[in-house]
Amino acid sequence: MYPSDLKYTKEHEWVRVAGDRAQVGVTDYAQKQLGDVVYLELPDVGKTFSKGDVFGTIESVKAVSELYAPVGGEVVEVNSHLAQHPESVNSDPHGSWMIVMKLANPGDTGGLLDANAYTDLTK
Amino acid sequence: MNDTIPGSFQSRHIGPDEPERDAMLRAIGVPSLDALIDQTVPPGIRLEKPLDMPEADTEFGYLRRLRTIAANNQVARSCIGMGYYDCITPSVILRNVFENPGWYTPYTPYQAEIAQGRLESLLNFQTVVKDLTAMDIATASLLDEGTAAAEAMTMFHRLQAKKTSVGQTSVFLVSDRCFPQTLDVLKGRAEPLDIRLEIGDPGALPMENAFGLLLQYPDDHGEVRDLRPIIDKAHAAGLLVAVASDLLALTLLTPPGEMGADAVIGNSQRFGVPLGYGGPHAAFLATREAFVRQAAGRIIGLSVDARGQHALRMALQTREQHIRREKATSNICTAQALLANMAAMYAVYHGPKGLRAIAEGVHNKARVIEDALAALGFRQTNAAYFDTLRIEGASVPAVRTAAEAAGINFRYDGGAIGISLDETTTIGDVRDIIGAFAAAKGEDGTVIFKYPVPFSPNVPAALRRTSAYLTHPVFNTHHSETKMMRYIRSLERKDVGLDTSMIPLGSCTMKLNAASEMIPVSWPEFSRMHPFAPAEQAKGYAQIFDELGDALCRITGFAAVSLQPNSGAQGEFAGLMAIRAYHRDRGDAKRNVVLIPSSAHGTNPASATMAGLKVVVTKCDSNGNVELGDLHAKAEQYKDTLAALMVTYPSTHGVFEEDIKEICAIVHGHGGQVYMDGANMNAQVGLTSPAAIGADVCHLNLHKTFAIPHGGGGPGMGPIAVAKHLAPYLPGHPIVSASGGGAPRASSNGGTKAIPAISAAPWGSASILLISYGYIRMLGVDGMTSATRVAILNANYLKARLQGHYDVLYANHNGRVAHEMIFDLRPFKHAAGASVDESDVAKRLMDYGFHAPTVSFPVAGTMMIEPTESESKDELDRFCDALIAIRKEIQAVMEGKADAKDNVLKNAPHTAEEVSADQWSHPYTREQAAYPLPFVKANKFWPAVARIDNPYGDRNLICACPPVEAYAETL
Repeated sequence: MYPSDLKYTKEHEWVRVAGDRAQVGVTDYAQKQLGDVVYLELPDVGKTFSKGDVFGTIESVKAVSELYAPVGGEVVEVNSHLAQHPESVNSDPHGSWMIVMKLANPGDTGGLLDANAYTDLTK
Repeated sequence: MNDTIPGSFQSRHIGPDEPERDAMLRAIGVPSLDALIDQTVPPGIRLEKPLDMPEADTEFGYLRRLRTIAANNQVARSCIGMGYYDCITPSVILRNVFENPGWYTPYTPYQAEIAQGRLESLLNFQTVVKDLTAMDIATASLLDEGTAAAEAMTMFHRLQAKKTSVGQTSVFLVSDRCFPQTLDVLKGRAEPLDIRLEIGDPGALPMENAFGLLLQYPDDHGEVRDLRPIIDKAHAAGLLVAVASDLLALTLLTPPGEMGADAVIGNSQRFGVPLGYGGPHAAFLATREAFVRQAAGRIIGLSVDARGQHALRMALQTREQHIRREKATSNICTAQALLANMAAMYAVYHGPKGLRAIAEGVHNKARVIEDALAALGFRQTNAAYFDTLRIEGASVPAVRTAAEAAGINFRYDGGAIGISLDETTTIGDVRDIIGAFAAAKGEDGTVIFKYPVPFSPNVPAALRRTSAYLTHPVFNTHHSETKMMRYIRSLERKDVGLDTSMIPLGSCTMKLNAASEMIPVSWPEFSRMHPFAPAEQAKGYAQIFDELGDALCRITGFAAVSLQPNSGAQGEFAGLMAIRAYHRDRGDAKRNVVLIPSSAHGTNPASATMAGLKVVVTKCDSNGNVELGDLHAKAEQYKDTLAALMVTYPSTHGVFEEDIKEICAIVHGHGGQVYMDGANMNAQVGLTSPAAIGADVCHLNLHKTFAIPHGGGGPGMGPIAVAKHLAPYLPGHPIVSASGGGAPRASSNGGTKAIPAISAAPWGSASILLISYGYIRMLGVDGMTSATRVAILNANYLKARLQGHYDVLYANHNGRVAHEMIFDLRPFKHAAGASVDESDVAKRLMDYGFHAPTVSFPVAGTMMIEPTESESKDELDRFCDALIAIRKEIQAVMEGKADAKDNVLKNAPHTAEEVSADQWSHPYTREQAAYPLPFVKANKFWPAVARIDNPYGDRNLICACPPVEAYAETL
């Protein structure tokens, strides 16, 4: 069920890499654990993060979780639609990208899981 | 034991009588209550002999004796001010809110569908604060003005942390014209977070490295100054600015929000809440909308219910300690809901015009006094003021002698004399105030002045309020007593309190709040005392503090008590600060690690973080107990830095852990202190004690074990008791430094090693200490011990009755639970297909007339039930019958006999409107919806709204009374 064109982290983020750009979001498993998402705190364009840094927070009614950068780089785009419609994360988790990062080291996606490995993790 | 003397207070306080107890013991399968206790409480920690305390008094005898103690308090006319002002509690509010169990016995409104009344009133409170301060949003509510200032400071610290680099010194600027008690509370809260306070004339303080500034308006002297220049300067330097203010003054003065403030804090006490020798009162915090996720305190917000109608709920709970734990915005849990509701009702009753008239009356009298004193040659130094004059150059002893002879308390601040007026100030008082000054000058005291005078404010035009406030209809409708009485009642009947049915909230101890305990709180000898009144006028209070402090020492086995903390969470902070001070005093400043079991209440890690300590979580084993191996390993790992263990006993899992002494010994062996969270003290009193298990300090939630009502979300009190070696570090107070009357074991404020004040008032919310005092005096040792035993009996009886229907998660090796238990609802929750979860059960209980147990604490997907000793067998049986009937309803869903979506559980709660509507489309009957068991008909409680949409409310935050049109839009 997890799209094979995405890579995943153990913290339940996904990343969609295209060239030196990467979209980042949270997985279906994450949104189910959180429940109804009500708020996202996302960084400003221009901020840079190393892999594993906290780049934002995601809140549901009952839980709050930090968002970890699956790759290192600079934030070049933030999904403003999600600020108005955080529920999209629940209805379309793998389409609801939160930020686009310009990769610091394009091609370096070491340590990320593929769809099969991630599916095993969430079993 | 002599448990059930007919007519004794304990026979009234404790629910089950002798025959009921026998029947319950048979159901449990134990021969006697003694045997049950032996199977429940480990032998190694039992008290060897009964507590040595006074015999129980009767209710009549207690009240008669208390009258004589009350007579030792002398209520002077208070002109002390400093954030506390006498006021008139409108009788309709006194009788129908303050003294009404419908308002004072409910819990915090987590179960919003049966709490719409107080949620509406709290929304009114937020609107009052928001309007008068001219800010975007307000929370409801904080504990006192001092801690509200601290919450503003730490909010700014978090907000600014995003801008400043790590490691930079944090500096918070504070005007030296803030109240001294606020300064002291700030000192205590700043230091552990490495915030440096710079106190002085704000215009002269260097702003380069600072992140925020606190001003007071009107200030400590009573002076009203234009804040715009200093706020503009601070903003230009990148600071955020908080203003401590006074709601009544803001009816006349330009509000801080219009001068650019980023936060406004203060005390709403003078909106009809009695002084109470320091509390309880509701403090407030108002701020910008952009900061709402960093603001401390509950926020009431609008949402919609399942039928699309507007409904209220607590919004944005992810800010709070029960979810975010050590990352929470604050450790605040218990707030001051009852008092916030009173303040809101005061505004509803008087309306904007009435409030303004009150404020003008106060100001006019101050003007008259200023003129008269000027004529007598006194120098008043506040260029502009609202209600407070400051006289300099007078002979303080002469004025004081004359004033005290006339029964008036002024503020004596070095060589200056402060005169604060309030709505109770009469023309006679004006005459006597002037007369006291005249007498000090040797004049004959014949005072001539003119009154009434036309309103002519002495404040410059730029500081006179021009903007409207409280324009919402709710503040412009209920001005006759009939209307007001009905408005209060219309809200009250939407809420479930203990006057409706048992509230089986685990960890909350919703026991009886007896009328005889409550009545004295309104006696003027207790309610009209200013917290900084001279000690010789408060001998009655001193006696109560001494006796209560002594009783709490005996109950805990400790050496000293501080009655200052206003909540359990504040007690935790105070206790951890005392531990921290102890380590530092011994040259052990590196001890900064607190071990906290994973099952701990969220306040524990939140308080530890506030105290600048590092939280290390230790594991629990499959029985819910602290895992000794992990504890030992972590104690060893942190042996050089271990400051303390925070442990709840009996555990939050509802079990008396057998290893508790060993747990404490491991921590002591590695240089740490043991902090015991006293939330579950109701299972200990008279059987064991915090000292007996090996703890060094504990707090006592007086609003749990010691009968202070929950007030719909506060007030509470969280005194701490400490072993002898920690006594020197109990909190001090900058104004009242004497001990509580001299008894060495009782509450004291201010040894040389004392930590700064925890609360703004020296004995916290002093007036409600009377409730716990009455509880202890009327139950006596036998009664309190019996209460503990029956609390354990009731819990084990519930367990026996629910056995076979639900799984109880944890019990000890004898199969016994302490005073509460967790039952598991996770087996009914499935990702796909038919599924019932804990909130379905919670909402369905409302249809049966019950408030849910604690939901998803300490284990997600479960409920925790605590019956308390006050519930009789027949009420316990009704509650069990309801839960068993619900279990059958769950089974029907599981087996596909009921629709997976359209069933009694998913559609709960059912409102009268829905059940009586012409249209009924559900596959079950109306009777199954509303009257699922015969007993429900006898005492039906109709939820005011259907299931509330929680995500909607958090996604569309509206947290003030919305314009009437907004309701139409949501429909």
